[in-house]
Amino acid sequence: MTRQQTGAGLLLTLLALTTTACTTVKEYQKSRINDADMELSARKSEKFEQNFYLYREGAAGANGGKSGGGCGCN
Amino acid sequence: MKKICLSVSLLLGLMRAGYAQTTAPAYEARKLKIEELNLVSSYYNQDGNNSAVTGGIGSEKLTDYAQSFDLVLKSTDRRNRQHSLVFDLNIDHYTSASSDKIDPLTVSSASRSDTHIYPTVSWSVHDDASRTTKGIALSYSTEYDYKSYGINLSFVKASADNNRELSVKAGAFFDTWTVILPAELRPEGYGSGAEGDTDPVDHKPRNSYNAGLSLSQIVNKRMQVLLTVEPAFQQGLLSTPFHRMYFTDGSETVERLPGTRLKLPVALRLHYFFGDRVILRSFYRYYVDDWGMQAHTVNLETPI
Repeated sequence: MTRQQTGAGLLLTLLALTTTACTTVKEYQKSRINDADMELSARKSEKFEQNFYLYREGAAGANGGKSGGGCGCN
Repeated sequence: MKKICLSVSLLLGLMRAGYAQTTAPAYEARKLKIEELNLVSSYYNQDGNNSAVTGGIGSEKLTDYAQSFDLVLKSTDRRNRQHSLVFDLNIDHYTSASSDKIDPLTVSSASRSDTHIYPTVSWSVHDDASRTTKGIALSYSTEYDYKSYGINLSFVKASADNNRELSVKAGAFFDTWTVILPAELRPEGYGSGAEGDTDPVDHKPRNSYNAGLSLSQIVNKRMQVLLTVEPAFQQGLLSTPFHRMYFTDGSETVERLPGTRLKLPVALRLHYFFGDRVILRSFYRYYVDDWGMQAHTVNLETPI
């Protein structure tokens, strides 16, 4: 099995485990879900860290960060 | 009798209140007001001895100070749609030892510096009735030898119970490089790109086209997940023109890379709230591109 297949398999397994038993959550039951730390995005303080990943490693995207424009090539 | 009068008055009062609720507008249009202001500062430092500018055998010392300032303004219109306007200004200033080696004959400083400025303006409209959000963002980026103009469009639709959300976005960046070559590899009459040098230099495009598809789902009262796929395609000058390549016979040239690149990052984010205080934020990304690069990124975090 290639690394590519391993990565895809891991992703699909995680997704299958987490979405098989979804329950309907009412608005008044979302006190924990609506907590600021539960927000499904990278933190604003991680903004520059993501830029450095893009400039130094190339592997970027799918994390709400900068995915094009500008160089930072030095 | 007094009791009956009171009951009738109360009933009429309730009827009036019910009538008022159906005819009066539920919301009023509100003017644009400041909702949020964020300041983020960053310091980045790196060192090493494998700089690409000197063919993998020189100093990589670089220091970067970055500052971000974003302002979020919100308003509600007569149709009860919420408008958000975001101004985002980022400035970073760096000093780089390797940049000094592009033209070591004319520059005598130990390090070279530049300032990178990239503002973005974005506007979005959220409609509670249709559970949709539409947005547009315009961006600009400038460095000494690099300019970029970008546009992004987005559309988000939530499910009736607001437990699931589908997001689609598309963007394009139109960039231009000033082709600054290492001093010893410049053809006759080719400029250095330095201020005051009147000899011409080339300008080459680098365009990026991004798409994005995200699906978020609340699994239960404590857990939610997000799956994101963001394919990107780049074309133009994708190599860095001042990166040197040395060969074993002593010859030298500049870095040459393919003119197109297709990237495919796929990510899964899962957040779980344990008990009343502990939150686990987990993130996994798999990245693959047609240059043969693969990467796995894993991030686990517990805010305290």
